[in-house]
Amino acid sequence: MADQKRDTKLLDELEKGPWPSFVKEIKNASKTSPVCDDLLGQLELSYEEKKGHWKHGGIVGVMGYGGGVIGRYSDVPEQFPQVAHFHTMRVNQPSGWFYTSGSLRTLCDIWERHGSGLTNMHGSTGDIVFLGTKTDELEPCFKELGEAGFDLGGSGSCMRTPSACAGMARCEWACYDTLKMCNDVTHQYQDELHRPPFPYKFKFKFSGCPNDCVASIARSDMSVIGTWKDEIQQDDAEVAAYAAAGMDIQNDVCANCPSKCMKWDGKKLSIDNHECVRCMHCINVMPKALRPGKERGATILIGAKAPIVQGALLASVLVPFVPADELMDTLKELVSRVWEFWDEYGKNRERIGELIQRVGMSNFLDAIGLDPIPQMVTAPRDNPYIFFKGEE
Amino acid sequence: MPTLELNGKAYVVDEDGFLEDPTVWNEDVAKDFAGIEGITDLTEEHWKMINYLRNYYLQFGIAPMIRKLCKETGFPLNKVYELFPSGPAKGACKLAGLPKPTGCV
Repeated sequence: MADQKRDTKLLDELEKGPWPSFVKEIKNASKTSPVCDDLLGQLELSYEEKKGHWKHGGIVGVMGYGGGVIGRYSDVPEQFPQVAHFHTMRVNQPSGWFYTSGSLRTLCDIWERHGSGLTNMHGSTGDIVFLGTKTDELEPCFKELGEAGFDLGGSGSCMRTPSACAGMARCEWACYDTLKMCNDVTHQYQDELHRPPFPYKFKFKFSGCPNDCVASIARSDMSVIGTWKDEIQQDDAEVAAYAAAGMDIQNDVCANCPSKCMKWDGKKLSIDNHECVRCMHCINVMPKALRPGKERGATILIGAKAPIVQGALLASVLVPFVPADELMDTLKELVSRVWEFWDEYGKNRERIGELIQRVGMSNFLDAIGLDPIPQMVTAPRDNPYIFFKGEE
Repeated sequence: MPTLELNGKAYVVDEDGFLEDPTVWNEDVAKDFAGIEGITDLTEEHWKMINYLRNYYLQFGIAPMIRKLCKETGFPLNKVYELFPSGPAKGACKLAGLPKPTGCV
Protein backbone atom coordinates (compact mmCIF):
# COMPACT_ATOMS: atom_id res chain seq x y z
CA MET A 1 0.00 0.00 0.00
CA ALA A 2 3.06 2.20 0.37
CA ASP A 3 2.85 3.50 -3.21
CA GLN A 4 -0.66 4.90 -2.81
CA LYS A 5 -0.18 6.71 0.50
CA ARG A 6 -2.66 9.45 1.17
CA ASP A 7 -1.66 13.00 1.79
CA THR A 8 -2.12 13.44 5.54
CA LYS A 9 -0.30 16.64 6.28
CA LEU A 10 -2.48 17.64 9.25
CA LEU A 11 -2.31 14.19 10.82
CA ASP A 12 1.46 14.14 10.30
CA GLU A 13 1.68 16.94 12.86
CA LEU A 14 0.48 14.43 15.44
CA GLU A 15 3.51 12.25 14.82
CA LYS A 16 5.92 14.95 15.96
CA GLY A 17 7.29 15.10 19.49
CA PRO A 18 8.67 12.43 21.80
CA TRP A 19 5.34 10.94 22.88
CA PRO A 20 3.48 7.96 21.42
CA SER A 21 1.31 8.76 18.41
CA PHE A 22 -1.83 6.98 17.29
CA VAL A 23 -1.17 8.25 13.75
CA LYS A 24 2.20 6.50 13.72
CA GLU A 25 0.58 3.30 14.96
CA ILE A 26 -2.25 3.36 12.43
CA LYS A 27 0.26 4.02 9.62
CA ASN A 28 2.27 1.04 10.82
CA ALA A 29 -0.83 -1.12 10.88
CA SER A 30 -1.70 -0.08 7.32
CA LYS A 31 1.10 -2.36 6.10
CA THR A 32 -1.10 -5.34 6.97
CA SER A 33 -4.59 -3.90 7.27
CA PRO A 34 -6.18 -2.29 4.20
CA VAL A 35 -8.76 -0.31 6.19
CA CYS A 36 -6.13 1.89 7.83
CA ASP A 37 -5.55 4.09 4.77
CA ASP A 38 -9.22 4.97 4.54
CA LEU A 39 -9.35 5.48 8.29
CA LEU A 40 -6.51 8.02 8.10
CA GLY A 41 -8.08 9.57 5.01
CA GLN A 42 -11.39 10.14 6.77
CA LEU A 43 -9.67 11.53 9.84
CA GLU A 44 -7.56 13.90 7.72
CA LEU A 45 -10.79 15.09 6.13
CA SER A 46 -12.27 15.65 9.60
CA TYR A 47 -9.30 17.80 10.55
CA GLU A 48 -9.57 19.78 7.30
CA GLU A 49 -13.29 20.40 7.69
CA LYS A 50 -13.25 20.54 11.51
CA LYS A 51 -16.14 18.09 11.47
CA GLY A 52 -16.52 14.47 12.53
CA HIS A 53 -17.52 11.98 9.86
CA TRP A 54 -18.83 9.13 12.00
CA LYS A 55 -22.59 8.84 12.21
CA HIS A 56 -23.93 8.44 15.71
CA GLY A 57 -25.60 5.36 17.07
CA GLY A 58 -25.78 2.29 14.88
CA ILE A 59 -27.56 -0.71 16.34
CA VAL A 60 -25.68 -3.90 15.63
CA GLY A 61 -24.94 -6.85 17.84
CA VAL A 62 -24.65 -10.57 18.23
CA MET A 63 -27.51 -12.98 18.86
CA GLY A 64 -28.55 -13.26 22.51
CA TYR A 65 -26.80 -10.09 23.62
CA GLY A 66 -28.16 -6.57 23.70
CA GLY A 67 -24.75 -4.93 24.06
CA GLY A 68 -21.03 -5.33 23.53
CA VAL A 69 -20.93 -3.94 19.99
CA ILE A 70 -21.12 -0.28 19.13
CA GLY A 71 -22.27 0.43 15.58
CA ARG A 72 -20.23 2.97 13.62
CA TYR A 73 -20.82 4.08 10.06
CA SER A 74 -19.01 6.63 7.95
CA ASP A 75 -21.10 9.47 6.53
CA VAL A 76 -18.78 9.62 3.52
CA PRO A 77 -18.69 5.92 2.55
CA GLU A 78 -18.22 6.62 -1.19
CA GLN A 79 -14.99 8.42 -0.47
CA PHE A 80 -13.73 5.88 2.10
CA PRO A 81 -15.38 2.54 1.32
CA GLN A 82 -13.10 0.52 3.62
CA VAL A 83 -14.49 2.28 6.68
CA ALA A 84 -18.14 2.45 5.56
CA HIS A 85 -18.73 0.07 8.49
CA PHE A 86 -16.36 0.53 11.37
CA HIS A 87 -18.01 -1.10 14.39
CA THR A 88 -16.36 -1.35 17.77
CA MET A 89 -16.45 -4.52 19.84
CA ARG A 90 -15.92 -4.39 23.59
CA VAL A 91 -14.32 -7.48 25.07
CA ASN A 92 -14.48 -8.20 28.79
CA GLN A 93 -10.96 -7.80 30.18
CA PRO A 94 -9.57 -10.19 32.76
CA SER A 95 -9.75 -8.87 36.35
CA GLY A 96 -6.86 -6.52 36.99
CA TRP A 97 -5.79 -6.74 33.31
CA PHE A 98 -3.56 -9.77 33.74
CA TYR A 99 -2.72 -11.52 30.48
CA THR A 100 -0.33 -14.13 29.27
CA SER A 101 1.51 -13.15 26.09
CA GLY A 102 -0.28 -16.13 24.52
CA SER A 103 -3.74 -14.75 25.25
CA LEU A 104 -2.75 -11.33 23.88
CA ARG A 105 -1.56 -12.99 20.67
CA THR A 106 -4.81 -14.95 20.47
CA LEU A 107 -6.84 -11.75 20.84
CA CYS A 108 -4.80 -9.91 18.20
CA ASP A 109 -4.97 -12.86 15.79
CA ILE A 110 -8.76 -13.05 16.13
CA TRP A 111 -9.02 -9.33 15.49
CA GLU A 112 -6.75 -9.43 12.45
CA ARG A 113 -8.96 -12.15 11.00
CA HIS A 114 -12.26 -10.40 11.68
CA GLY A 115 -11.51 -6.71 11.98
CA SER A 116 -9.04 -3.93 11.35
CA GLY A 117 -6.42 -5.31 13.73
CA LEU A 118 -6.49 -2.00 15.60
CA THR A 119 -7.09 -2.26 19.32
CA ASN A 120 -7.38 0.14 22.20
CA MET A 121 -5.99 -1.36 25.39
CA HIS A 122 -8.06 -0.38 27.29
CA GLY A 123 -11.22 1.75 27.15
CA SER A 124 -12.22 3.96 30.08
CA THR A 125 -14.53 1.33 31.50
CA GLY A 126 -11.66 -1.14 31.31
CA ASP A 127 -12.67 -3.30 28.35
CA ILE A 128 -10.37 -4.47 25.60
CA VAL A 129 -11.59 -2.37 22.68
CA PHE A 130 -11.53 -3.83 19.17
CA LEU A 131 -11.78 -0.99 16.66
CA GLY A 132 -13.36 -1.34 13.27
CA THR A 133 -15.19 -4.24 11.70
CA LYS A 134 -18.10 -4.96 9.40
CA THR A 135 -21.51 -6.28 10.41
CA ASP A 136 -20.91 -9.68 8.75
CA GLU A 137 -17.80 -10.26 10.85
CA LEU A 138 -19.49 -9.80 14.23
CA GLU A 139 -20.87 -13.31 14.76
CA PRO A 140 -17.75 -15.16 13.55
CA CYS A 141 -15.58 -12.94 15.73
CA PHE A 142 -17.84 -13.47 18.76
CA LYS A 143 -17.67 -17.23 18.18
CA GLU A 144 -13.89 -17.25 18.08
CA LEU A 145 -13.66 -15.06 21.16
CA GLY A 146 -15.93 -17.48 23.01
CA GLU A 147 -13.81 -20.45 21.97
CA ALA A 148 -10.72 -18.65 23.27
CA GLY A 149 -12.42 -18.08 26.64
CA PHE A 150 -13.33 -14.43 26.17
CA ASP A 151 -16.73 -12.75 26.28
CA LEU A 152 -18.09 -9.42 25.16
CA GLY A 153 -18.29 -6.56 27.64
CA GLY A 154 -21.16 -4.19 28.28
CA SER A 155 -22.54 -1.30 26.27
CA GLY A 156 -25.76 0.66 26.42
CA SER A 157 -27.99 0.83 29.47
CA CYS A 158 -26.53 -2.16 31.23
CA MET A 159 -24.17 -3.04 34.02
CA ARG A 160 -20.89 -2.16 32.34
CA THR A 161 -17.92 -4.48 32.51
CA PRO A 162 -16.68 -4.26 36.13
CA SER A 163 -13.02 -3.45 36.64
CA ALA A 164 -10.55 -3.72 39.48
CA CYS A 165 -7.05 -2.62 40.43
CA ALA A 166 -4.25 -5.21 40.45
CA GLY A 167 -5.10 -5.83 44.11
CA MET A 168 -3.51 -8.56 46.16
CA ALA A 169 -1.80 -10.00 43.10
CA ARG A 170 0.67 -7.12 42.97
CA CYS A 171 0.08 -4.78 45.86
CA GLU A 172 0.64 -5.04 49.58
CA TRP A 173 -1.95 -2.35 50.38
CA ALA A 174 -4.97 -4.25 49.06
CA CYS A 175 -7.49 -4.48 51.92
CA TYR A 176 -9.66 -7.04 50.15
CA ASP A 177 -9.35 -9.29 47.12
CA THR A 178 -10.36 -6.92 44.33
CA LEU A 179 -9.72 -9.46 41.56
CA LYS A 180 -12.07 -11.98 43.14
CA MET A 181 -14.75 -9.36 43.75
CA CYS A 182 -14.54 -8.14 40.16
CA ASN A 183 -14.75 -11.69 38.84
CA ASP A 184 -17.60 -12.67 41.19
CA VAL A 185 -19.63 -9.57 40.34
CA THR A 186 -19.10 -10.17 36.61
CA HIS A 187 -20.45 -13.71 36.95
CA GLN A 188 -23.23 -12.81 39.36
CA TYR A 189 -24.73 -10.21 37.00
CA GLN A 190 -24.29 -11.77 33.54
CA ASP A 191 -27.89 -10.94 32.61
CA GLU A 192 -27.50 -7.30 33.59
CA LEU A 193 -24.18 -7.14 31.70
CA HIS A 194 -25.37 -8.56 28.40
CA ARG A 195 -29.05 -7.61 28.27
CA PRO A 196 -29.46 -3.93 29.14
CA PRO A 197 -32.28 -3.62 31.71
CA PHE A 198 -31.64 -0.18 33.24
CA PRO A 199 -32.51 3.49 32.65
CA TYR A 200 -28.83 4.06 31.79
CA LYS A 201 -25.36 2.63 32.37
CA PHE A 202 -24.19 1.33 35.76
CA LYS A 203 -20.50 0.88 36.53
CA PHE A 204 -18.70 -1.00 39.28
CA LYS A 205 -15.07 -0.42 40.12
CA PHE A 206 -13.05 -2.13 42.82
CA SER A 207 -10.01 -0.50 44.40
CA GLY A 208 -8.04 -2.34 47.03
CA CYS A 209 -7.03 0.68 49.10
CA PRO A 210 -7.74 4.42 49.32
CA ASN A 211 -5.09 5.14 46.68
CA ASP A 212 -7.97 4.13 44.40
CA CYS A 213 -5.86 3.18 41.38
CA VAL A 214 -8.94 2.59 39.18
CA ALA A 215 -10.36 6.01 40.18
CA SER A 216 -13.54 4.31 41.30
CA ILE A 217 -14.61 7.29 43.41
CA ALA A 218 -14.89 9.42 40.28
CA ARG A 219 -15.74 6.92 37.59
CA SER A 220 -18.13 4.29 38.88
CA ASP A 221 -21.75 4.34 39.98
CA MET A 222 -20.88 1.92 42.71
CA SER A 223 -17.40 2.25 44.04
CA VAL A 224 -15.79 -0.23 46.44
CA ILE A 225 -12.62 1.07 48.06
CA GLY A 226 -10.52 -0.97 50.47
CA THR A 227 -9.92 0.49 53.92
CA TRP A 228 -9.13 -0.57 57.49
CA LYS A 229 -10.90 -0.02 60.77
CA ASP A 230 -8.12 -0.28 63.35
CA GLU A 231 -4.76 1.51 63.54
CA ILE A 232 -2.05 2.01 60.95
CA GLN A 233 0.64 -0.61 61.56
CA GLN A 234 3.83 1.13 62.49
CA ASP A 235 7.42 -0.12 62.60
CA ASP A 236 9.41 2.38 64.68
CA ALA A 237 12.78 0.98 63.64
CA GLU A 238 11.90 1.55 59.99
CA VAL A 239 10.66 5.07 60.77
CA ALA A 240 14.04 5.78 62.35
CA ALA A 241 15.77 4.29 59.31
CA TYR A 242 13.86 6.66 57.00
CA ALA A 243 14.87 9.59 59.22
CA ALA A 244 18.49 8.43 59.25
CA ALA A 245 18.45 8.15 55.46
CA GLY A 246 17.59 11.83 55.30
CA MET A 247 13.81 11.92 55.00
CA ASP A 248 12.31 15.11 56.39
CA ILE A 249 9.50 13.41 58.27
CA GLN A 250 8.09 16.63 59.72
CA ASN A 251 7.71 18.36 56.36
CA ASP A 252 7.22 15.48 53.95
CA VAL A 253 4.94 13.34 56.06
CA CYS A 254 3.34 15.15 59.05
CA ALA A 255 2.84 18.50 57.32
CA ASN A 256 1.15 16.85 54.36
CA CYS A 257 -1.33 14.92 56.46
CA PRO A 258 -4.77 16.42 55.62
CA SER A 259 -6.15 15.88 59.13
CA LYS A 260 -2.84 16.71 60.86
CA CYS A 261 -3.11 13.56 62.94
CA MET A 262 0.63 12.82 63.04
CA LYS A 263 3.44 14.16 65.22
CA TRP A 264 7.20 13.75 64.85
CA ASP A 265 9.39 14.77 67.77
CA GLY A 266 12.65 13.96 66.03
CA LYS A 267 12.74 10.43 67.43
CA LYS A 268 9.25 9.03 67.56
CA LEU A 269 6.33 9.25 65.16
CA SER A 270 2.94 9.20 66.84
CA ILE A 271 -0.37 8.89 65.00
CA ASP A 272 -3.74 9.83 66.39
CA ASN A 273 -5.60 7.13 64.46
CA HIS A 274 -9.05 8.45 65.36
CA GLU A 275 -8.31 11.52 63.26
CA CYS A 276 -6.88 9.57 60.30
CA VAL A 277 -8.92 10.03 57.10
CA ARG A 278 -7.21 7.16 55.23
CA CYS A 279 -5.53 9.44 52.67
CA MET A 280 -2.61 6.98 52.32
CA HIS A 281 -0.01 9.76 52.03
CA CYS A 282 2.16 8.67 54.97
CA ILE A 283 1.93 5.02 53.94
CA ASN A 284 2.91 5.84 50.36
CA VAL A 285 5.89 7.92 51.51
CA MET A 286 7.14 5.41 54.09
CA PRO A 287 6.03 2.03 52.75
CA LYS A 288 8.49 0.08 54.88
CA ALA A 289 7.52 1.80 58.13
CA LEU A 290 3.75 2.15 57.84
CA ARG A 291 1.04 -0.10 56.46
CA PRO A 292 -2.76 -0.31 56.61
CA GLY A 293 -4.26 -1.80 59.79
CA LYS A 294 -5.10 -5.45 60.32
CA GLU A 295 -8.90 -5.17 60.44
CA ARG A 296 -9.47 -4.79 56.73
CA GLY A 297 -12.49 -4.40 54.52
CA ALA A 298 -14.00 -1.81 52.22
CA THR A 299 -16.12 1.30 51.98
CA ILE A 300 -19.00 1.20 49.50
CA LEU A 301 -19.81 4.48 47.77
CA ILE A 302 -22.43 5.45 45.25
CA GLY A 303 -23.20 7.92 42.52
CA ALA A 304 -20.05 9.04 40.67
CA LYS A 305 -20.24 9.89 36.98
CA ALA A 306 -18.59 11.92 34.25
CA PRO A 307 -20.49 14.87 32.77
CA ILE A 308 -22.98 14.04 30.03
CA VAL A 309 -26.59 14.80 30.91
CA GLN A 310 -25.56 16.65 34.06
CA GLY A 311 -22.21 17.65 35.52
CA ALA A 312 -19.59 15.35 36.99
CA LEU A 313 -20.22 13.85 40.42
CA LEU A 314 -17.95 12.20 42.95
CA ALA A 315 -19.28 9.25 44.89
CA SER A 316 -20.90 9.54 48.34
CA VAL A 317 -20.34 7.04 51.14
CA LEU A 318 -23.14 4.54 51.52
CA VAL A 319 -21.59 1.95 53.84
CA PRO A 320 -18.46 3.16 55.67
CA PHE A 321 -17.01 -0.25 56.49
CA VAL A 322 -17.76 -3.82 55.46
CA PRO A 323 -15.37 -6.56 56.64
CA ALA A 324 -13.59 -8.18 53.68
CA ASP A 325 -15.27 -11.58 54.10
CA GLU A 326 -18.79 -10.09 54.13
CA LEU A 327 -18.25 -7.85 51.14
CA MET A 328 -19.91 -9.88 48.39
CA ASP A 329 -23.06 -10.59 50.41
CA THR A 330 -23.42 -6.99 51.51
CA LEU A 331 -22.85 -5.73 47.99
CA LYS A 332 -25.46 -8.07 46.50
CA GLU A 333 -28.08 -7.00 49.03
CA LEU A 334 -27.30 -3.34 48.54
CA VAL A 335 -27.25 -3.59 44.76
CA SER A 336 -30.64 -5.28 44.62
CA ARG A 337 -32.20 -2.45 46.64
CA VAL A 338 -30.46 0.29 44.68
CA TRP A 339 -31.37 -1.20 41.29
CA GLU A 340 -34.99 -1.70 42.33
CA PHE A 341 -35.30 1.96 43.28
CA TRP A 342 -33.46 3.23 40.22
CA ASP A 343 -35.47 0.99 37.87
CA GLU A 344 -38.71 2.26 39.36
CA TYR A 345 -37.94 5.98 39.54
CA GLY A 346 -35.03 6.64 37.19
CA LYS A 347 -35.83 8.62 34.06
CA ASN A 348 -34.46 7.56 30.71
CA ARG A 349 -30.68 8.23 30.76
CA GLU A 350 -30.60 9.23 34.39
CA ARG A 351 -27.60 7.86 36.28
CA ILE A 352 -28.10 6.73 39.88
CA GLY A 353 -26.12 9.75 41.13
CA GLU A 354 -28.42 12.13 39.26
CA LEU A 355 -31.51 10.37 40.61
CA ILE A 356 -30.14 10.73 44.15
CA GLN A 357 -29.60 14.44 43.52
CA ARG A 358 -33.11 14.81 42.16
CA VAL A 359 -34.95 13.03 44.98
CA GLY A 360 -32.51 13.96 47.75
CA MET A 361 -30.13 11.69 49.64
CA SER A 362 -32.49 11.31 52.61
CA ASN A 363 -35.33 10.00 50.43
CA PHE A 364 -32.92 7.68 48.65
CA LEU A 365 -31.61 6.28 51.94
CA ASP A 366 -35.19 5.84 53.13
CA ALA A 367 -36.04 3.92 49.99
CA ILE A 368 -33.13 1.51 50.24
CA GLY A 369 -33.57 1.13 53.98
CA LEU A 370 -30.31 2.64 55.26
CA ASP A 371 -30.05 5.06 58.16
CA PRO A 372 -28.11 8.27 57.61
CA ILE A 373 -24.82 8.25 59.51
CA PRO A 374 -22.08 10.85 59.97
CA GLN A 375 -19.62 9.04 57.67
CA MET A 376 -21.88 9.83 54.71
CA VAL A 377 -21.00 13.51 55.05
CA THR A 378 -17.61 14.65 53.74
CA ALA A 379 -16.98 17.14 56.55
CA PRO A 380 -19.08 18.55 59.40
CA ARG A 381 -21.63 21.14 58.25
CA ASP A 382 -20.25 20.70 54.76
CA ASN A 383 -23.34 19.19 53.21
CA PRO A 384 -26.35 19.09 55.54
CA TYR A 385 -28.60 17.10 53.26
CA ILE A 386 -30.12 15.00 56.05
CA PHE A 387 -33.05 16.63 57.82
CA PHE A 388 -34.72 15.33 60.95
CA LYS A 389 -38.40 14.58 60.70
CA GLY A 390 -40.95 15.90 63.24
CA GLU A 391 -41.21 12.65 65.18
CA GLU A 392 -37.45 12.49 65.66
CA MET B 1 -30.31 4.38 1.12
CA PRO B 2 -29.90 0.60 0.98
CA THR B 3 -32.76 -1.52 -0.25
CA LEU B 4 -33.54 -4.82 1.39
CA GLU B 5 -35.13 -7.50 -0.79
CA LEU B 6 -37.17 -10.02 1.19
CA ASN B 7 -39.73 -12.50 -0.13
CA GLY B 8 -39.89 -10.66 -3.43
CA LYS B 9 -40.55 -7.28 -1.81
CA ALA B 10 -38.16 -4.33 -1.68
CA TYR B 11 -37.87 -2.29 1.52
CA VAL B 12 -35.99 0.99 1.91
CA VAL B 13 -34.01 0.64 5.15
CA ASP B 14 -31.17 2.39 6.97
CA GLU B 15 -27.75 0.77 7.30
CA ASP B 16 -28.89 -1.26 10.31
CA GLY B 17 -31.90 -2.59 8.44
CA PHE B 18 -34.59 -0.46 10.11
CA LEU B 19 -37.44 0.78 7.93
CA GLU B 20 -36.74 4.29 6.66
CA ASP B 21 -40.44 5.15 6.61
CA PRO B 22 -42.32 3.70 9.62
CA THR B 23 -45.66 4.39 7.97
CA VAL B 24 -45.17 1.68 5.32
CA TRP B 25 -45.31 -0.96 8.09
CA ASN B 26 -47.85 -3.76 7.99
CA GLU B 27 -47.88 -7.28 9.39
CA ASP B 28 -46.09 -8.63 6.33
CA VAL B 29 -43.09 -6.47 7.22
CA ALA B 30 -42.75 -8.29 10.56
CA LYS B 31 -43.08 -11.64 8.81
CA ASP B 32 -40.54 -10.72 6.14
CA PHE B 33 -38.00 -9.30 8.63
CA ALA B 34 -38.27 -12.17 11.16
CA GLY B 35 -35.72 -14.39 9.42
CA ILE B 36 -32.90 -11.84 9.47
CA GLU B 37 -33.34 -11.39 13.22
CA GLY B 38 -33.02 -15.11 13.95
CA ILE B 39 -36.73 -15.90 14.32
CA THR B 40 -38.10 -18.92 12.50
CA ASP B 41 -41.76 -18.63 13.38
CA LEU B 42 -43.78 -15.67 14.65
CA THR B 43 -45.91 -16.91 17.55
CA GLU B 44 -48.71 -15.24 19.46
CA GLU B 45 -46.14 -14.06 22.01
CA HIS B 46 -44.11 -12.38 19.28
CA TRP B 47 -47.20 -10.58 18.07
CA LYS B 48 -48.05 -9.46 21.59
CA MET B 49 -44.66 -7.73 21.75
CA ILE B 50 -44.80 -6.35 18.22
CA ASN B 51 -48.29 -4.93 18.68
CA TYR B 52 -47.38 -3.44 22.05
CA LEU B 53 -44.34 -1.67 20.55
CA ARG B 54 -46.28 -0.55 17.51
CA ASN B 55 -49.10 0.95 19.58
CA TYR B 56 -46.71 2.61 22.01
CA TYR B 57 -44.83 4.15 19.10
CA LEU B 58 -47.99 5.40 17.40
CA GLN B 59 -49.14 6.98 20.66
CA PHE B 60 -45.87 8.50 21.93
CA GLY B 61 -43.59 8.65 18.89
CA ILE B 62 -40.73 6.81 20.63
CA ALA B 63 -39.86 3.31 21.83
CA PRO B 64 -40.72 2.54 25.48
CA MET B 65 -38.09 2.12 28.17
CA ILE B 66 -37.12 -1.49 28.68
CA ARG B 67 -38.65 -1.76 32.17
CA LYS B 68 -41.98 -0.47 30.92
CA LEU B 69 -41.91 -2.92 28.05
CA CYS B 70 -41.33 -5.88 30.39
CA LYS B 71 -43.95 -4.71 32.85
CA GLU B 72 -46.68 -4.10 30.31
CA THR B 73 -46.14 -7.21 28.19
CA GLY B 74 -45.55 -9.38 31.26
CA PHE B 75 -42.41 -10.85 29.64
CA PRO B 76 -39.29 -10.93 31.83
CA LEU B 77 -36.20 -9.65 30.00
CA ASN B 78 -34.81 -13.14 29.44
CA LYS B 79 -38.05 -14.14 27.77
CA VAL B 80 -37.80 -11.11 25.49
CA TYR B 81 -34.38 -12.35 24.34
CA GLU B 82 -35.76 -15.86 23.83
CA LEU B 83 -38.43 -14.43 21.56
CA PHE B 84 -36.15 -11.91 19.86
CA PRO B 85 -32.56 -13.23 20.04
CA SER B 86 -31.09 -9.98 18.75
CA GLY B 87 -32.76 -8.11 21.62
CA PRO B 88 -35.68 -5.75 22.11
CA ALA B 89 -34.04 -2.71 20.49
CA LYS B 90 -32.56 -4.38 17.43
CA GLY B 91 -34.96 -7.28 16.92
CA ALA B 92 -38.38 -6.40 18.31
CA CYS B 93 -38.36 -2.73 17.31
CA LYS B 94 -37.20 -3.59 13.80
CA LEU B 95 -40.02 -6.08 13.29
CA ALA B 96 -42.53 -3.58 14.69
CA GLY B 97 -41.33 -1.07 12.10
CA LEU B 98 -40.07 1.52 14.58
CA PRO B 99 -37.28 3.87 13.53
CA LYS B 100 -33.92 2.90 14.97
CA PRO B 101 -34.04 3.52 18.74
CA THR B 102 -31.45 6.01 19.86
CA GLY B 103 -29.29 5.07 22.76
CA CYS B 104 -25.97 5.70 24.31
CA VAL B 105 -23.05 3.45 23.40
